[in-house]
Amino acid sequence: MRLLLVLVKPLPLTVIKKVINKLIEGLLMLSSTITTLTVLLIVLFLFKEGVSVFKESPLEGENVIVLSNQNKVSHLTSIDIKKIFDQETTNWKAVGGANDSILLFTFNDLSNYFSEEELGPEFEFLPHKMDSLIEANPGMIAVFSKKYLDKNHKSKVATIDNISPKTFLLGKEWFPTANPAVQLGVLPLILGTLYVSIVAILIALPIGLATAIYIAEVAHPKIRAIYKPVIELLAGIPSVVYGFFGLIVIVPLIQKIFDLPVGESGLAGAIVLAIMALPTIITVTEDALRNTPRAMKEASLALGATQWQTIYKVVIPYSASGISAAAILGIGRAIGETMAVLMVTGNAAVMPHSLLEPLRTIPATIAAELGEAPANGIHYKALFGLGCILFIITMVINIWVETISKRRVNR
Amino acid sequence: MQSDFKKILSQSIAFWTFRILSLAVMGILFSILGFILVKGIGVVSWDFITKMPEDGMTKGGIYPAIIGTLCLIAGSMLFAFPIGVMSGIYIFEYTKDSWYRRFVQLMTANLAGVPSIVFGLFGMALFVNKLGFGDSILAGSLTLGLLALPVVIRTTEEALKAIENSYREASYALGATKLQTIKRVTLPMALPNIITGLILSIGRVSGETAPILFTVAAYFLPKLPTSVFDQVMALPYHLYVISTSGTNIAESRGMAYGTAVILILIVLILNIIANIIRRFLTKKYKTN
Repeated sequence: MRLLLVLVKPLPLTVIKKVINKLIEGLLMLSSTITTLTVLLIVLFLFKEGVSVFKESPLEGENVIVLSNQNKVSHLTSIDIKKIFDQETTNWKAVGGANDSILLFTFNDLSNYFSEEELGPEFEFLPHKMDSLIEANPGMIAVFSKKYLDKNHKSKVATIDNISPKTFLLGKEWFPTANPAVQLGVLPLILGTLYVSIVAILIALPIGLATAIYIAEVAHPKIRAIYKPVIELLAGIPSVVYGFFGLIVIVPLIQKIFDLPVGESGLAGAIVLAIMALPTIITVTEDALRNTPRAMKEASLALGATQWQTIYKVVIPYSASGISAAAILGIGRAIGETMAVLMVTGNAAVMPHSLLEPLRTIPATIAAELGEAPANGIHYKALFGLGCILFIITMVINIWVETISKRRVNR
Repeated sequence: MQSDFKKILSQSIAFWTFRILSLAVMGILFSILGFILVKGIGVVSWDFITKMPEDGMTKGGIYPAIIGTLCLIAGSMLFAFPIGVMSGIYIFEYTKDSWYRRFVQLMTANLAGVPSIVFGLFGMALFVNKLGFGDSILAGSLTLGLLALPVVIRTTEEALKAIENSYREASYALGATKLQTIKRVTLPMALPNIITGLILSIGRVSGETAPILFTVAAYFLPKLPTSVFDQVMALPYHLYVISTSGTNIAESRGMAYGTAVILILIVLILNIIANIIRRFLTKKYKTN
């Protein structure tokens, strides 16, 4: 009754206003938490999917590896399996067994051993026949689906390690769809990413530094007024356009100059990334240079130093932390860049040996392969694992830059 | 005398090096723009921007990709703009220099540094798979919106920071509440700067490829979307696919140049608009 009365009685205007004010303030607070929530959600989703790759067996589908009980070997790693089935390893000695040659057996070889009648019309005798065959051949290694494994099998099922963080991070082979065992070593991708990014910064830093000094200290204000918007424009051009330019101009150029079979290479990626990192480096460095107190510069000039001496004895040392922040930020941008790199580096997932060979970066791998990886499969999870690595690298770089700029403020 | 000469010589060598290198940077930019514009401007015509692609994307226009990109811009900004501006206001006007403010600012900085492909992964895991939107404008817009969010927040904060405190204090002195002050004084003053940020983030969103790869973009879809759950073509993705994959790379070159020209023109025009607003703004404050 009372409640109704309250509702019926018109509320004073000030109360309504207060409620609306509180509502709006609540809304404002809610939207500011969304950003935080997004970062946490990204971490949650990325790492949930990414870490689950370590619960997976490298064997494809429901497959099992079956060996004879007379074979001393009972444990294989995924790289062993790949080498065996690629026939790089042909003797059991290489994987810790007896000196006996390895005999491969897959479903394709079925007709070499059994006739159709022997297997029965519905393949009902297949599990038992295979079991006896494997048990009789100590050198044989067989891979087939779990459902064809005889219920009272005499042969033994080899144990295979799940993907471990160590093999994931330090493995040198990336064959995420290999059969029968996938190879998920991301070292070539990590090295490829760092390689291209660092070379890109080595190209971009001197040029960017020179341009920033020119704009901040040397150039006439009118020239500065032209440079600034142009550099902003350079920053605004989509990466896919840079990639396109790299593909049609830089790649053929590199192919011609170095006389290569293909122009898509680490060098092409580094050049495109260097061009893309320039605006970041120039803007951040210029800001740092302009933060030098006027009094310091004037003191130097008053002592008879030339403008150039002032720049390299006063301005550059004073803004050194800002310049290093620019370099790190540039590397961070380069590491995360996807499309341009994807278009010009040739995407060969091999350990990088030279800048003139195709190589592959982490973002390019994700972009190129996620479309083909079935959802929640091992490949999909491995790509999320790559996303985690990328996220961690860029997070560390961000925090690093943050601490550098804090140090500058504190001084 | 000798040392003076040396000093002057080293200065002029250094400055000329800087001058030449910075001219080289300009040269790079203008050669990229010039090359693509010269090769592509002949392709761009009224038909090119209003017709469907034909013959395995070797002929016809890029109309559906333009419409798709416009849909994505609209969708992402509908999401990012209100939320970004509101959280910028909250962070700057309501939180004191507290742990909460520092935490949110750190998170915003981190979100700004996350590579775009990670947004793509996240968008795919959350919007496409978990929430079941599928490859759709909705999923793509939300992913792009998250990417634009830190940009909008930061520009809003910067815009509010640029307003002198005396304006706020004058408003309080007249008895206005905090919310009234924001509504009547600070927000209108900050608006041109916020709009500039909005325009620049539209430029960013329109060119991003990696976040839409797995959340919305279609390779070839010669029809217009009818709902937010439809897939669309988009300009940057279109440029990527016709220049790298497919069977008619050589024949689609013309279309690729044309698409690149359109993308550059979008960024160019948005930049010019942003600069005009900025210039107009500084003039307005000067006359006051």
